[in-house]
Amino acid sequence: MKKLLLALLVSFGCVSAGAAGGGYPLDKFPVEKMSDIAALQNGAKVFVNYCLNCHSAAYMRYNRMQDIGLTEAQIKSNLLFASDKVGDTMKISLDAKAAKDYFGAQPPDLSVIARSRAGSLGTGADYLYTYLRTYYRDETKATGWNNLAFPDVAMPHALWELQGQRAAVFVEEKDANNPAKTVHRFDRFEQLTPGKLNEQQYKETVGDLVAYLQWMGEPSQGKRVQIGVWVLLFLGVLVIFTWRLNAAYWKDVK
Amino acid sequence: MAEFKQSPAGASVAEQAMTWVDNRFPATKMYKEHMSEYYAPKAQNFWYFFGSLALLVLVIQIVTGIFLVMHYKPDANLAFASVEYIMRDVPGGWIIRYMHSTGASAFFIVIYLHMFRGLLYGSYRKPRELVWVFGCGIFLCLMAEAFMGYLLPWGQMSYWGAQVIVNLFAAVPFIGPDLALLIRGDYVVGDATLNRFFSFHVIAVPLVLLGLVAAHIIALHEVGSNNPDGVEIKAKKDAKGHPLDGIPFHPYYTVHDIYAVSIFLLLFSLVVFFAPEGGGYFLEYNNFIEANPLKTPAHIAPVWYFTPYYSMLRATNDLMINVLSVLLAVGAVLGIVRGGFGTMGKVALAVGALVAVALLKTFDAKFWGVVVMGGAVVIMFFLPWLDRSPAKSIRYRPDWHKYVYAVFVFFFLVLGYLGVQPPSDIGNYVSQIGTLLYFGFFLLMPWWSRLGTFKPVPERVTFAAH
Repeated sequence: MKKLLLALLVSFGCVSAGAAGGGYPLDKFPVEKMSDIAALQNGAKVFVNYCLNCHSAAYMRYNRMQDIGLTEAQIKSNLLFASDKVGDTMKISLDAKAAKDYFGAQPPDLSVIARSRAGSLGTGADYLYTYLRTYYRDETKATGWNNLAFPDVAMPHALWELQGQRAAVFVEEKDANNPAKTVHRFDRFEQLTPGKLNEQQYKETVGDLVAYLQWMGEPSQGKRVQIGVWVLLFLGVLVIFTWRLNAAYWKDVK
Repeated sequence: MAEFKQSPAGASVAEQAMTWVDNRFPATKMYKEHMSEYYAPKAQNFWYFFGSLALLVLVIQIVTGIFLVMHYKPDANLAFASVEYIMRDVPGGWIIRYMHSTGASAFFIVIYLHMFRGLLYGSYRKPRELVWVFGCGIFLCLMAEAFMGYLLPWGQMSYWGAQVIVNLFAAVPFIGPDLALLIRGDYVVGDATLNRFFSFHVIAVPLVLLGLVAAHIIALHEVGSNNPDGVEIKAKKDAKGHPLDGIPFHPYYTVHDIYAVSIFLLLFSLVVFFAPEGGGYFLEYNNFIEANPLKTPAHIAPVWYFTPYYSMLRATNDLMINVLSVLLAVGAVLGIVRGGFGTMGKVALAVGALVAVALLKTFDAKFWGVVVMGGAVVIMFFLPWLDRSPAKSIRYRPDWHKYVYAVFVFFFLVLGYLGVQPPSDIGNYVSQIGTLLYFGFFLLMPWWSRLGTFKPVPERVTFAAH
């Protein structure tokens, strides 16, 4: 039941007013991960190890991770830098101006990244799930990396050790609507060097990370749905009573 | 001053206390006038729920707003973070915030339906003109509330939406740039803008709004509620002087409204708990990115409830100005040839039309877009005097009037849809047609509302017992 509701919750983002990214079709984020505590905890670990050096999550407190089943002691010993306190928010020491010099763009804060990246192509989770899996080597870029879901992205592939290096193979095709034109179409990836993880493991890891990001965007989302069910049940009963009350008063009105 | 009453001998303490109060404040008198002896027509249907629902949403907005202000910081450096603080660290903050953000959209849904009811049954006709005029004032206040409130989360859409709209004021001839500067308090939207919008959002506009709501209800209770038949129930009274087709508001309409309230809360909770973003329409995705004055989003669209008017603004380009000029000229020629005016009248009409066309062509189309957008709201104030139909209610009007209303509503929705879409040529042509039809509906109303065969209006309201 909870799974279903969470799936529903995430998929509500589908209809949208805005659009994100380069028009590359998005893979569906496996929403069942949202109710998988182990996945969320693994995602938190990946996030702290790989993302939280350049990106901050300045609205997120470390000890909020108790909501995904971690104890304060676990958070302190595994996820915290020595100088931080468990009640602190996930700030980083990277100077904003220096970051801009390194990357050409300031790495965005990731607290609500999953909420902000939703669009007409899919939910924010779908976008992140696709984006983190479509990096490829591109020597024409300053960082040596490019991305299908976010063309010309400023961020290099932070998870490349895990995924290994890949190249993207493009094919030139005749445009179906206009035979005089050719289109540059993505065909497939080619693995250049192996990563620490195989393809399936990498997919799972990214899934866990995105689940964590989605959760971090709104840590109360599970509770919201839980409370919502009770509220609706209560109101459903209330509607029956108010309906009969109204009918009782009006039955003698001629 | 009213006569000083004595409690009868042997009266209970409660009765004595009430008498004491009534001698000093008209509590019982007001309760009777507005509740237990306010006679409302029996036959009010589904469409009549939205007035009390609007009041409910107003209360939700005020109460949740009070709690939000306790934690929100109207400071360009802190605003965005303080909203996330409310969402994460304030106990129950997320529910208060979602209620407030969903409430904003709910307010417009309820108010649009409430206004449509008035349109359907001619609720703005004599003697309810002022009820309608106060209502239009409320609608204007609501738009101001929503617009300024939307800046407060200080997201990208907040920022750039405000930037676009305030820049429109700069298109006003002569005073425009100074006016925009006055609104912003700075040369771009910034901290000063946020502070003054906050002030207006939480104090100034709500005060005016509450005053207008009080006036709206007092005026309504003075003239009495309309009904789907558009019949005046006060015309037929029983021996006690109560309208034959009326029924005391309390308890009959209170239980009626409580029923509606419970259904409304069910739908409202569905959004608050299961889809607080409303598919990106109630909380726009871009607004989860903090405002960045250096980075313009690719597509800036106002929140859905403003989009019909935003479409009209976008539709007013040079082509539209030419079309309007031609329409004015044709109207003037028709008026001169067929209007039956004297020589002076004809000359005045010709000069008037010439001046109007000259003005249209002199100022920037952008300025006229602003005029069109504002005019679309202001024109509603005049509805009571534009409608010349012999029958108030749509029920007794010619069938083709229903199609006129249908086309009007359809194009209003289309304009709303196009307003959230990125601009396109086809979309713009459709918006132009929609805009012309919108204004045609109102401006030609004195003419078309009289035409056709009207059905006889019954003397009493049609009411089938439950």
